[in-house]
Amino acid sequence: MSDQKVGVIGAGSFGTAVANILSKNSNVLLYARKPEVATAINETRQSANQKLANNITVTNSLEEIAKNCNVIFPVIPSANFRELMTQLAPHLHPYHTLIHGTKGLDLNLSSHGADAADVSREHVKTMSEVIKEESVVVKVGCMAGPNISAELAANQPAATVIASPFNEVIAEGKRLLRSENFQVYGNDDLKGVELCGVLKNIIAIAAGISSGLDLGQNAKGLLISRGLVEMIYLGQALGGEISSFIGLAGIGDLVTTATSTSSRNFSCGYKLAEGKTLDQVMSEMDETAEGINTIKIIKLLADSQGIKPLITDTLYKVLYEDMPARMAVNYLMRYPGNIDIDFL
Amino acid sequence: MKPADPDYVKQRYDQVHPGGINDWAVVNLSRNREEFVREVAKSSVQRIKSLTTTRSALIEEIENTLFREKLRVKRNPWAVDSPDEGDFLKSVEAKLLVISNSKKTDEITQMLDSVLEEMVFRYSDEIAGNFKKTRYRFARSIATFGFARLLNASRARRFWSLFSTKYNLQDKIHITGEVQQLRTLARKGTIIMVPTHFSNLDSILIGWVINVLGLPAFIYGAGLNLFNIKILAYFMNSLGAYKVDRRKKNLIYLETLKAYSSLAIQKGCHSLFFPGGTRSRSGKIEKRLKLGLLSTAIEAQRVNYQKGKKDGLEKVFIVPVTLNYNFVLEAPSLIKQYLRLKGQERYYTENDEYSTSYKIAKFLLKFFAKGSDISVSIGKCMDVLGNYVDDDGQSHDKHGRLIDTQEYFTRDGRIISHNQQREDEYTRMLSDRIVEEFHRINKVFASHLVAFTAFQVLLKRYNKLDLYNLLRIPEENQFIEYDEFKSVFETLLQKVFELKEKGKVNTSPFLTREIDKVIKHGIANVGMFHAKAPLIKNRKGNIIVQDMNLLFYYHNRLAGYNLEQYV
Repeated sequence: MSDQKVGVIGAGSFGTAVANILSKNSNVLLYARKPEVATAINETRQSANQKLANNITVTNSLEEIAKNCNVIFPVIPSANFRELMTQLAPHLHPYHTLIHGTKGLDLNLSSHGADAADVSREHVKTMSEVIKEESVVVKVGCMAGPNISAELAANQPAATVIASPFNEVIAEGKRLLRSENFQVYGNDDLKGVELCGVLKNIIAIAAGISSGLDLGQNAKGLLISRGLVEMIYLGQALGGEISSFIGLAGIGDLVTTATSTSSRNFSCGYKLAEGKTLDQVMSEMDETAEGINTIKIIKLLADSQGIKPLITDTLYKVLYEDMPARMAVNYLMRYPGNIDIDFL
Repeated sequence: MKPADPDYVKQRYDQVHPGGINDWAVVNLSRNREEFVREVAKSSVQRIKSLTTTRSALIEEIENTLFREKLRVKRNPWAVDSPDEGDFLKSVEAKLLVISNSKKTDEITQMLDSVLEEMVFRYSDEIAGNFKKTRYRFARSIATFGFARLLNASRARRFWSLFSTKYNLQDKIHITGEVQQLRTLARKGTIIMVPTHFSNLDSILIGWVINVLGLPAFIYGAGLNLFNIKILAYFMNSLGAYKVDRRKKNLIYLETLKAYSSLAIQKGCHSLFFPGGTRSRSGKIEKRLKLGLLSTAIEAQRVNYQKGKKDGLEKVFIVPVTLNYNFVLEAPSLIKQYLRLKGQERYYTENDEYSTSYKIAKFLLKFFAKGSDISVSIGKCMDVLGNYVDDDGQSHDKHGRLIDTQEYFTRDGRIISHNQQREDEYTRMLSDRIVEEFHRINKVFASHLVAFTAFQVLLKRYNKLDLYNLLRIPEENQFIEYDEFKSVFETLLQKVFELKEKGKVNTSPFLTREIDKVIKHGIANVGMFHAKAPLIKNRKGNIIVQDMNLLFYYHNRLAGYNLEQYV
């Protein structure tokens, strides 16, 4: 085990799981935003209902993380990501490596003085783009794949993708994360892999609805395959490569999230199908379902660009315009079917 | 003559190095030319060996080079080629034969090394520039004196005015932007100037700009084909050019070229890269830059740090420059090539307006006689990662925080390491930053905007046609009512100013004048010396397109700003 500590920012369920995986190879410094939470974790050695490994130290100081760790894994909700980066940035240097595990988008209208009507790609950023905008760090990567926290915590077999244009970032990610029951793959299409993780959340919500309405397995297969097509179209438009979507972070993660009841986005959809409103659903969940925000951002972007992603568009109506879930299904089923695959 | 616009300051600049020409790194380099060539050869051998890790890979690379070189000598010989090239290749071939028949490992290794060394030395010697102080001074005075005479004569049209000194090149070529910073930093570190490339005139123009600004001569890679023309060869040799042969695409040559550039930068020679690699065929600002030479700037910076040279004096600064023209002499043939080659990159032989000394003279005469102004925008200095630097050469991030550039080459802030893949990625990032800066400092002329407007109006009107068919629409359709033209032009002008407000483009001061005048000026100037001007106004005042290809070419200057959405 090397002396060099590895940093994890975010003590939510995924952040804690990542910290525990990293702790097998290195000493870990885990950052919790609220001081009282940091203290509590240190005392109970429990974080997000997971037992914390002994060589994980909890801190409330970003400066301490930046000073002691050359590699840092930010794993926090996209809604807080930019703010965190502005706080972390003064302590960061060009030699730092940041590998994030956040599957959401950042919408930044204020800094460009734009209104919602003309949202373009320059207002919508992936997390790696936020890191590069807010800090001097260039060695950026992301971690994406079918990684349900509860299963990782139980040490069940799983794998992830580390994506970065820098081979050294991928190599470092592999070295730090690889363990007996955890495989690590590399991919140089950072944007594509980030978008896989982001866009699959949309389909996961739809899958939850499908299960909630008990539409059966045929419907699930239909949804996953049409969902993947929509992901690829959106992903390409936003700058990702098709090939990444067929990989572990794309189809791999999609299948897992769309069939697992322990996925947040899936259960969000499930509750919507039960007839609950978005507000009710959100108040019942203790952690963010990124898909809710992603649908809103993609819808804004699509509208201003004059494109119509069918599933996202319909989900938007369910979430924000009170369309009953069953009506949404009817709508999708009546929509004329098109060519199966026309992008390969 | 109308007074120069207020933001163009005509100024005399002192020499950056008060000690004069003897302080220049490039002079030092040429004084020790032989030694430097040997150093380049040695470093190239190391590079090539690190890329061909096994002996058989190296043999394959040499065989490959030999084959291609033989083909080149046979199919595409040039006047500048050395007459003993054929013999040399034969001797390499003979040695390879011995190597392939030998069984003794020691002997093979030894012979292989000597073959590689010979090849690399030949290349280094060919590439190396031949800067001569006296010639530089002579060329400089010829250029300055000659240009000034032409200019004064053409402006005043009286015999005695031939000796007037009222006007000089600075009335014709406006230098704007971060001139002061460039001069300051040229004393503190090594400058890599990266200009846009539209015309063969660019090298001469940039050479003149560098001289006017009081900077030492820059070394730059010039196409070997240009050395075929005697008069150009004379000037370029004396201005610090080294030779780049685009016919040679083999690894051994390319690595030697990179070694040359990298070592020269390490020795503090200011360098000039045309990062697009060649003139823009389409008239668009370069989007994809050639990464080969650019990577040597990053490499040189890292090596300097590895040698323990800390920021200050040994820092490498990147300075983007745009050259803004109303008129590009080669436009007709460039755009023709572009349209022909679009989508299929293919080897073609160079054949353009600069083929003879006579044609160049004719162009210069036209240029000076008929007033078509050129402006040169100097961008802010950046470090090799594309961060802006201040006048002390310190890098800052977007939020104004200080950056230690050296840390980019480490994994812990301490130990500097060489990681080729990392530096390749840095090169790509730097290239993106340069392209971004090009668009930012690019100056919109009235002539660009009229061309853009006219082309976009037609493009929208015939939106069912593809580009090639649009360029061939019948003459009677190449017509735009003035009112329609003016209203689109006005909208676009507004958007251009909005972009300028956000710091995304620059504009010629002329654009703030009354709109009809701006349009008139633009139409009069766009591609003004071509046999057929691309745009004219007919008697009724409406806009007629005379040459769609050229209109497309000049229109392309404003591509990449997403202005088309407002048409």
